[in-house]
Amino acid sequence: MNFDFGRFFRSTAGIVMVAGALLALPFVAAMGGQAWVRILDFAILYVFLALGLNIVVGYAGLLDLGYIAFYAVGAYTWALLASPHFGLHLPVWVILPVGAAFACVAGVLLGSPTLKLRGDYLAIVTLGFGEIVRIFMNNLNAPVNITNGPQGITLIDPVAFGGFKFSGTTELFGLSLSGPQKYYFLLVALAIFVIIINLRLQNSRIGRAWQAIREDEIAAKAVGINTRNIKLLAFAMGASFGGIAGGIFAAMQGFVSPESFSLIESVMVLAMVVLGGMGHIPGVILGAVLLSILPEALRYGVGPLQTALFGKQLVDPESLRMLIFGLALVLVMRFRPAGLWPSPERRRELQEQA
Amino acid sequence: MMAEVLLQANAVAKHFGGVKALRDVSLSIRRGEIYGLIGPNGAGKTTFFNCMTGLYVPDGGGFDFDGVPLLADAPHQAASRGIARTFQNIRLFGNMTALENVMVGRHVRTKAGVFGAMFQNAATRAEEQAIRERAMALLHYVRIEDRADDLARNLSYGDQRRLEIARALATEPKLLCLDEPAAGMNGTETAELRELIDGIRRDGTTVLLIEHDVKLVMGLCDRVAVLDYGALVIEDVPAVVQKDQRVIEAYLGA
Repeated sequence: MNFDFGRFFRSTAGIVMVAGALLALPFVAAMGGQAWVRILDFAILYVFLALGLNIVVGYAGLLDLGYIAFYAVGAYTWALLASPHFGLHLPVWVILPVGAAFACVAGVLLGSPTLKLRGDYLAIVTLGFGEIVRIFMNNLNAPVNITNGPQGITLIDPVAFGGFKFSGTTELFGLSLSGPQKYYFLLVALAIFVIIINLRLQNSRIGRAWQAIREDEIAAKAVGINTRNIKLLAFAMGASFGGIAGGIFAAMQGFVSPESFSLIESVMVLAMVVLGGMGHIPGVILGAVLLSILPEALRYGVGPLQTALFGKQLVDPESLRMLIFGLALVLVMRFRPAGLWPSPERRRELQEQA
Repeated sequence: MMAEVLLQANAVAKHFGGVKALRDVSLSIRRGEIYGLIGPNGAGKTTFFNCMTGLYVPDGGGFDFDGVPLLADAPHQAASRGIARTFQNIRLFGNMTALENVMVGRHVRTKAGVFGAMFQNAATRAEEQAIRERAMALLHYVRIEDRADDLARNLSYGDQRRLEIARALATEPKLLCLDEPAAGMNGTETAELRELIDGIRRDGTTVLLIEHDVKLVMGLCDRVAVLDYGALVIEDVPAVVQKDQRVIEAYLGA
């Protein structure tokens, strides 16, 4: 590929075009129905999540298979502090930081016992942690009903700033904005925030320390990096972003239940990071967008496609959809092992190993 | 008056299962000298290094550095106290550039945290600039500044050794420990290395040198200690060590 995407996105023309596309997108998607706007919302929510996980996996090189637990902590924090369940209706600027803080604490709790583990072993412990959190959510309805168990929590407040609610339709500057469209803009703003933080961390003293630990932990210790604290910091940062994403998720859905935080969700977010290009921000964004939109596009596309090709439904569209999705993942990893859009260094690294 | 002692090892012992890697080794390194630590393969030189820099916890004894005991099991504290090291089998951050490797070395002497990075306040930006300049100066010092933007893994062997020294110097050590820096080097490279080590000492850093190349050690060091089977054989000036019967036996296996 001769076209330099990185430079394009930094040029003024590039920024204007991307901004224009981002502004127009929810209106274009709305032509296909609000369902598509919601799909778009989730794509951006996943961008946010994947960039949070990128700090842990991509920068610090800590394989975390329980990331969704922090998303769950954030979601339940929002659900409990802004729903009729406890009769609490705190404002967003209280809940979101509290959710992030809870997730951050959960991150440190997960991080502390895993400090001496690496690679596969770390993955297994974090996987267990993710399941523990989900099972807690499932069972914390007795003796004191905290999470309402498998039924989940309903009627959760939407995000609202003062009187401006993000649910329902509002008229703004002569435009009629639906709930999902409003969330879209909120999510884009949050995603830009997390992208900037990722970029700034990457080229900082802390970012270099993470990279050093990923490269060679013993050498990192020898130059005086407190690997324990720096690793915990990575867990805490990643978890905080997960917590914020979880809060927005709860508010957007109006409903949370433990089902939403299964292992497959952790695996999907990790797949977004790896498939896009670990540690490389544009790659991670691409991975998140593709992996969240592709299954949905297939959901709508596979049925009609079969009818068009064969005149009838040969295979159940739902199974075929996941089959194609899985095949696509395998093919990407086979032909682009460093991810769809890896950082230049990582691409070189893999080429030399081959 | 005796020269001031920078590092004092007090009866340091370490065993791995039944193998006694270090048997009550006591020695002292004086401020401003180049101190050589030699011995046959498996004599315990690297083990001694690892105990001193906190990678291993000694089973007995301990170290005083700059008059204060060193904490065991805390490698990052050894670095902040002023002990920097290189590794026998070079351990660079391979997928970072040469410059970034040295910048990582500045970690322990700088303090920008997550919030500094996020908000990019003036102090953080100034510090980042200073880190970059200092790292560049150190690359110049070890004469590989033209390789600053190359990945460490792509540097030649000799340059990798130099880069590792630059990274160690970036932590502003009082004591620089070099673990077989001349291993695998040809004559010219060894001569250049010798010049570099001499320069580092002249600039005020005490050097501890583990080396197989006896000629290099004898020519460069002010004092030399010999380890054999984990025990200290002798600690003296090179001229005396060279003539010591026990040292000759240890090396010839007679």
